[in-house]
Formats: sequence, structure tokens, C-alpha cells
Amino acid sequence: MKRRDFLTNTAAASTLIGLGGLGMNSCSRLGQKHITILHTNDVHSHIDPFPASHSEFANLGGIAKRATLVEQIRNENPNTLLFDAGDIFQGTPYFNFYGGELEFKLMSKLKYDASAIGNHDFDNGIDGLLAQMPHASFELLCANYDFTNTVMNGYVKPYKTYLVDGVKIGVYGLGIELDGLVTKKLYKETVYLNPYEIALDMERKLKEEENCDLVICLSHLGYDYDNPERPMDTQLAQRTHYTDLIIGGHTHTFLEKPDVRTNRKGNAVLVNQVGCYGINLGRIDFYFDPDKNASAEGVSIVV
Amino acid sequence: MIDLKFKQIVAIVTFCFLFSCKNTTGELVEIQGKQVPIDASIKPTESISEFVAPYRNRIDEVLDSTLAFAPEPFLLDDGKRNTSMGNLMADIVFKETAPIFKGRTGKELDFVVLNYGGVRSIISAGNVSARNAYEVMPFENYIVVVELDGSAVRKLIDFLTKATRRHPISGIQIVVDKNGGLESVDIHGEPFDESRIYYVATSDYLVQGGPSVGFFDEMISVSDTDYLLRNAIIDHFRKVDTLKAVVDDRFIQLEN
Repeated sequence: MKRRDFLTNTAAASTLIGLGGLGMNSCSRLGQKHITILHTNDVHSHIDPFPASHSEFANLGGIAKRATLVEQIRNENPNTLLFDAGDIFQGTPYFNFYGGELEFKLMSKLKYDASAIGNHDFDNGIDGLLAQMPHASFELLCANYDFTNTVMNGYVKPYKTYLVDGVKIGVYGLGIELDGLVTKKLYKETVYLNPYEIALDMERKLKEEENCDLVICLSHLGYDYDNPERPMDTQLAQRTHYTDLIIGGHTHTFLEKPDVRTNRKGNAVLVNQVGCYGINLGRIDFYFDPDKNASAEGVSIVV
Repeated sequence: MIDLKFKQIVAIVTFCFLFSCKNTTGELVEIQGKQVPIDASIKPTESISEFVAPYRNRIDEVLDSTLAFAPEPFLLDDGKRNTSMGNLMADIVFKETAPIFKGRTGKELDFVVLNYGGVRSIISAGNVSARNAYEVMPFENYIVVVELDGSAVRKLIDFLTKATRRHPISGIQIVVDKNGGLESVDIHGEPFDESRIYYVATSDYLVQGGPSVGFFDEMISVSDTDYLLRNAIIDHFRKVDTLKAVVDDRFIQLEN
């Protein structure tokens, strides 16, 4: 039997429900805990907005504008975490000239909490990545790269937990297979482990041992591939038991809205990715209700 | 009277806080997801802009002087089996590498093969600067020359004809029939001779990645040029006034 059923509302339907139950809702919202998760992926050193002359992304993006937006949201809800799903580096001369220093310094100024590691984050070699670590006040999370025999040993955690307004949030990272994508000379002795197996270990640990209320995966695997052999976020979602949200990257996928998949337990998992180059900020809001009876009505998903 | 009403309201609100809104995490009841575009309506945070400015100024000084002119845009999707942007890249690599390779080894460069995914940007019509070279080739990849025997070249050609992506080539002409079968291959204007050795310029990325990248399975040798792909592009921009490349017949598929 499904412990927690879910229903996906369109925005219009949810507005109706919201109006209908205004009196009750406004009271229960008072007691609800509200966690906001913000995310980017594949920013690829895009620090400035695109120029007005750009054929695809005119006037979009820019980290100084992202800073304003993040600050606004944090002012509305201080219980906010900010993540990136990797490929921070490479794509503009900022990376060629400064090696990622500026990207890490700016993400630290925006108070990013953690990031996954993308394949392009190895573009100046594993030594080039290490060289920028002093500029990062956020965590690099990757559970399926074994860095033991590399200079990055000790600098990357498999997961991290955050206690936000009493809600315990566990976040783990996953990286893509590097062979064939990155020159071995660059990633050296980094060992890639099966992301599906590692994900199951991580989410079990975060749920059962760390007692997390919310489990989030930062994935640089890619959203979806035709080749079923390639690990991908859509498959990962369906193979997990406890992961609530997969924040994806690598495939530069512009989703119209977060994808809702069903996990092994029959519960909803959100898979989201917001394109690339810092053009969009993903925002997922989680509401917890202390009244346990609420769970009988399932988790309402509004995307 | 007013006082009493106020007290009642306070009592009700307090009641609500105490009983309806317990201080436990509780169950996840609702998830809302959306994406927020970072567009022109958002004001930049000044302290961040100011922090970036000196980094940007230094880059602009180096990159923004005009080196050449593009009369038309060079695109990555304007031809079926070859593209103007891919052809521009492969031709630049051929022109800039052949004299270096000849100077170092006394040998002639035969042709060039690059990977479509390695050409990271188009070039728009107008003035062309070193910035374009960084956009097209942001990676620190070097040009290498690979020595291949005839059977390895056949495998490479086979890989190129089966590829769905339009990998840039130069110095070689490939014709396939309407079913994708190989019709003819000319290298340097001569029919492909499977009994000889060929020298192929490419990116070290395709060589170091090994067989899993798909291009070069069996190599006799690899010669370094110590020449960054991006620097070859910039040097070419400096040499020519007007960039020239069009979709042509270097790789075509016959219709019947």
C-alpha cells in the first residue's frame, strides 16, 4: 500500500483549491515549515549577462542579477538553500584567464551551500580544481567519484546534511562517467563508481541513519538519454526509495516545469534542470505540516 | 468593549499558534516547483558587479581588438553533411598546421578531422576578434598529427560516414550513396589508397580519450605540434582580412 499518495495539480487548479480553503489554509500555513531550494546547473563561467545582440539568449543571465534574485528570495524565506549541479567552469574567457577563481569566489559571495562536480570542472585538470578550492566556501559533493589516490582526496564529501528551521535536509552528489568525456590526463586516478548503486546507499544512509526529513540529489549525470545503458536522472528517480528531489545538469535541458516521476515506493520524485549558462534559477518549495493527518491527503505537487 | 474584542482576538491567535502550529517538522504536504528567468527586469547587485569589473576589464583589453571580418555568419547547421563553421575550423587547422608539420618532420599533412562537439560556437557576421576564438574553442586543446595506416583510415572514414554529427573535415572528400554506403573517398585530390600511410591533424582531445571517443582506434604514432587550437584560430584571424568558408562538396550524400 502506498504510504503517501501524490497528486499533480496544474497551477490553475491549485489556485482554486487555495481560494476554496482559504480560512483553513491560512491557519495551517502558519504552523507549516517552509523550505526553499534554489538551484542552477551548467553555468559554464557565464558571469556576465548575454549581450543584447545574442541570437538565443539576449540580455539573459548574469551573476549580479542572480545575486539580487537569490537575496530577494532569502529575504522572503530565510530557510533557503542554494545549490549547483556542476559544470561551473569553462565557456567564457573568465575561465581561460583566471582558471575558475572568479566563479568560485562569486558562488561563495552568493552563499551557495553546495555543488556537484561536472566533467568540465576537470578542464584544468584535477590539480586545477584543487587550486581553486581555497576560493570556495561551499561544499563540493560527489558520492560516486573515489578521489583517494588524487590530490582532491579529503576535499570532496559524498553528502552533507543541513538543519534548516528544524528540518533536516540530506544532500548527496553524483558525477558522470569521465572516461570518454574527459582526458585521463586531467582526471588522473579519480575512480568512477556506479551512480545508481551509490545513490541507493546514500539515500538509505540519509533517511535511516541521519533521519533526514528531505533527501536531495545533486546530479551531473544528465536528464535523459536514448541509450538506456547511460545512467540518467529520469531512471535514477524511478530506482530510488527516499530521494525527494534530483537537481540535474550536464544535458543543458530546459524543462518547461519540473518533471514528476514515481519512485520504488510509489512516491513522487521531482527531477529538475534549468537549462544552462545561469539563464534561469530553479526554485522548489517544500511545505511540512506538523499535523500528521495531513499526510492522509497526500503530498500536493504544484508545478 | 473594544478592549475585550482585542483580548479575544489575541486569545484566538495564541490558541492557533499553540495548538494548530506545533513545533515539529511533521509530514511533507506540499511541493511547489518553478523556474525563475534571470532577465533584464532584475537589477544587478552592485557589490557583485563591482567585484567582477576589474576581472572583465583585463579580459576586454586583450580580446576585443578586431582581427578579421566575417561577411556572412558561419553556422553549425547550414549543411547536411558539412557546415560552414565546421569547414572554417577544419580549413584553419589544415592551413596553420601543414607548414609546422612539414617543418618539423619533412612530411606532408594529408587531412584534418575534428569533432563537431569541439566547435563550441558559431561566428556571427561582422567584426571578428580573439573573443570569437575563445567562444569557438574555449578548451585548452592542442593540435596533434596522428599517423595512420590505410586500414585505420578506412575505419576513421567508416566512423565519419556513420556519425550523426557533422564532424569537421578538411583535405578529404567523402561521397556516400543515398543509403549511407561509401561511394568514393579522395584525399588531397587523389583516390584513397589503403596501402599507404596518412598523416591526420586533429585535437589532442580525440587522441587522449582513446578508443572510447570513437575517432582513432589504432594509431601508429602521434606527433605533438605544441600549438593550441585556439591560437591557430587567432593566428589565422590575424593573417586574413575576410574569413571564407561555405557549405561545399567535401562530404556529400548522393540523392539517387
